[in-house]
Amino acid sequence: MNIFDMTIHQLHGALKERKLSSVEATTAMLDRIAAVEPQIGSFITVTAEGALAAASAADRRIAAGECDLLTGIPLAIKDIFLTEGIRTTCGSRILDSFIPPYSATSWEKLRDRGAVLLGKLNQDEFAMGSSNESSAFGITRNPWDTTRIPGGSSGGSAAAVAARQAVATLGTDTGGSIRQPASHCGCVGLKPTYGRVSRYGVIAYASSLDQVGPLTRDVADCAAMMGAVAGYDAKDSTSVDTPVPDYGATLNEGVRGMKIGLPKEYFIAGLDADVQKAMSEAIETYRRLGAEFVDVSLPHTEYAVATYYLIAAAEASSNLARYDGVRFGHRAAADGLLDMYTKSRSEGFGSEVKRRIMLGTYALSSGYYDAYYVKAQKVRTLIMNDFISAFADVDLMLTPVAPTPAFRIGEKADDPLLMYLSDIFTIPVNLAGTCALSIPAGFSADGLPIGMQLIGKPFGESTILRAGYAFEQATEWHRRKAEITAIT
Amino acid sequence: MKYQPVIGLEVHVQLLTDTKIFCGCSTTFGAEPNSQTCPVCLGLPGALPVLNKKVVEFAIKAGLATNCSITPRSIFARKNYFYPDLPKGYQISQFEEPICQHGWLDIQLEGEEPKRIGITRIHMEEDAGKLVHGELSGPGDGSGVDLNRACTPLLEVVSEPDLRSSDEAVSYLKQLHQIVTWLGLCDGNMEEGSFRCDANVSVMPVGAEKYGTRAEIKNVNSFKFVKQAIEYEIQRQIDLIEDGGTVVQETRLYDPNSGKTRSMRSKEEAHDYRYFPDPDLVPLVIGPEWVERSRSELPELPEQRQQRFMADLGLPEYDAQVLTASRGVADYFEAGVAAHGNAKAVGNWIMGEITRGLNDNGLGIDACPVTPGQLAELLKLIDKGTISGKIAKTVFDEMWRSGKSPESIVAEQGLVQVSDTGAIEGIIDEIMAANAGQVEEYRGGKEKVFGFFVGQVMKASKGKANPAVVNDLLLNKLRG
Repeated sequence: MNIFDMTIHQLHGALKERKLSSVEATTAMLDRIAAVEPQIGSFITVTAEGALAAASAADRRIAAGECDLLTGIPLAIKDIFLTEGIRTTCGSRILDSFIPPYSATSWEKLRDRGAVLLGKLNQDEFAMGSSNESSAFGITRNPWDTTRIPGGSSGGSAAAVAARQAVATLGTDTGGSIRQPASHCGCVGLKPTYGRVSRYGVIAYASSLDQVGPLTRDVADCAAMMGAVAGYDAKDSTSVDTPVPDYGATLNEGVRGMKIGLPKEYFIAGLDADVQKAMSEAIETYRRLGAEFVDVSLPHTEYAVATYYLIAAAEASSNLARYDGVRFGHRAAADGLLDMYTKSRSEGFGSEVKRRIMLGTYALSSGYYDAYYVKAQKVRTLIMNDFISAFADVDLMLTPVAPTPAFRIGEKADDPLLMYLSDIFTIPVNLAGTCALSIPAGFSADGLPIGMQLIGKPFGESTILRAGYAFEQATEWHRRKAEITAIT
Repeated sequence: MKYQPVIGLEVHVQLLTDTKIFCGCSTTFGAEPNSQTCPVCLGLPGALPVLNKKVVEFAIKAGLATNCSITPRSIFARKNYFYPDLPKGYQISQFEEPICQHGWLDIQLEGEEPKRIGITRIHMEEDAGKLVHGELSGPGDGSGVDLNRACTPLLEVVSEPDLRSSDEAVSYLKQLHQIVTWLGLCDGNMEEGSFRCDANVSVMPVGAEKYGTRAEIKNVNSFKFVKQAIEYEIQRQIDLIEDGGTVVQETRLYDPNSGKTRSMRSKEEAHDYRYFPDPDLVPLVIGPEWVERSRSELPELPEQRQQRFMADLGLPEYDAQVLTASRGVADYFEAGVAAHGNAKAVGNWIMGEITRGLNDNGLGIDACPVTPGQLAELLKLIDKGTISGKIAKTVFDEMWRSGKSPESIVAEQGLVQVSDTGAIEGIIDEIMAANAGQVEEYRGGKEKVFGFFVGQVMKASKGKANPAVVNDLLLNKLRG
């Protein structure tokens, strides 16, 4: 078995039994990155030197008998996480030389357990996008078909797992940014409940929606990563002080007797036939495993995308005000203060970011605030209530992640509205603040991965991970690997 | 035409917490630029605010002391605008649902009935940093940014437009100042900007119901300037209207050198702050228990204490007012009364010698070198007749200088009052012999001369003769 094909659990076993050192594993990953990176473009920054130093340190820990599940495991994280002393760009030119003086809590938790950082992953600029095409550092290609997008905004995080450039990765999900790329790249991605993982040190896009989560090869790895990053953080006022369960411990409990909801608004006409087929087969698999299906309704689903683009853009317009060229980041040569602001921001931000700043600024403007922002908040409450009602009858819900498999590079780049609709099944979960898992559930006729979304109750990560694990044990989808052919 | 001014005040109160409102950095004044900063108050990417609970406690106390109701679920909002001293590009403040609402203070101008001034709201917010010109920035004429002050906690106290003159405005402002310093929420230093005031001023014809267009005067940093700025602005607006002009809504800046206000920005140039609830902070829930706990922790307020000094200690209103000017003075007074018993005497000494000493030396009551206990000892020496009131002032000066007890000063310097009739009679006899002419005058009915003899006797005794004894003996002897 190739080292770079191993899961966290497999690699941990090898490290623990001293069949392999972390330095060997890290070297294998760095070699793999070098080999396939020209075709894929998952990384913005590769931290080879730091990775090898961290791997040596991990090997010393292991030699001293401290072999935690994550000790010595080579990981990579989205370039939205602040990493002390390591350039953090958020996919934007405005931060192209920003070296943060502190680290994100979620990364510190992994690092403190001995994880090795391979580098920082490509993403849509400021996490705004569904295709990774808005990165200022070049596009990322889908490892299953390099003419297609990997999804976004955590496109690098998903592509790196699928291309076996990292054992597991961290991403962030504001409207589907973990689940949609996980689905398009055939890996497992979890968007935790809002407040479950600290946002401290994660560059904010839309603060009331952003959430950190893992992307992995399988559900067991996902549970392990989730357990590592979850938990209350006094530095994040929106993180919730509730105990973190042992997600791995309950994976094996199966789905017999579980009630799974099928929201009718998610199984619409126009859903891609291959996606529809994969969902039908998944439902059959769960029936065989003893789960019961219930039709439910989330009646305000059709308003979710519009609601999201008002709330997220409003928050973003304010969150991105700090990139003003005064204290850090790109500062244009300018004549006077206003000129400095205007030029620095005009040069530093890409077009999708500017579009959302303008949209958000407009939505918050005097005279429009009630009609747009306040109205959107009211609809958000209705959407939350939809979920509360549906969850009164079911333990979880099953839906597609995206209406279609990965689309072609450039296909939607000039049509923002069409692009926005690709997140139609993931956005409501962020608005409701609950959790959802994306796992491989099949392939299209073209051989493109198709993901299934399991939506859980707030803080119900254990339930969806358990359901995901049962499905994974009963299917082979997650074992398929993307064959990456060299560019000729 | 006669005009009626209408005034409302917005007061920024800088709170005396040890740390900033949304991070753990120190609030100490005057440190090396940008040395008291962290990712949060620098507005670095990824940093998040965490509310300092102490600030909430201070705000609740300010609200209760100004008769506000405490909002059970208050919300922080972002006020968005660009300026280099504002690191995040927005200020975290409160907009809808501030922590305190619907309060009031009663003011009373001399010779007038008390008047109730409404307080619309009190909200919590963070301060900005400051720009430093030509110092931080190295060579050239650029400007630097010092963010030590960024994220320092402020309360903004907004009054209703209930004030009708500059005197009322100053009276309200002084009372608010007294309360926030009394509660230890603010050091009250107006020059350094710890307590600063914006005034909204308009005029309307007397009898009119609709307010005139208002101008907002920014950052006026003393009581005197508040009075001057408001008076100038009232007259400016009246003159403008009389000349056929119209007042425009604008922000004006007061220049203390010229005593004038000048336009800073017009309504058209005003910012659209795009307030919205800050998604990084959860709603602040304050239950009734918290409010009641804060209420029980409130000290007796100046107004209540003044009433008690009048009712229980029999002080005249003026004395009670002066002795409650600050909590320190009132505490000093009460400690003195507890040690001595005679409120009037203790009060007179505080209002007289002690106030003079403090003013001459630029000290606050907390730094008074004479303790209330020592003052009481001094007064007891007068009561016992050990020293006269006049000698007591000499002793007091020495206590102030050396910190010694009054007894030891009296003993060391031989200041004990002479009440021995024999000794005093001897002095009187000598003086009468030396001034036979004046004795004749007195006996001839010119009783005014009596004062001359008292003075001579006191002088000859170096002030130590007991004045009462001197009086008695002199009368007897002169009447012969």
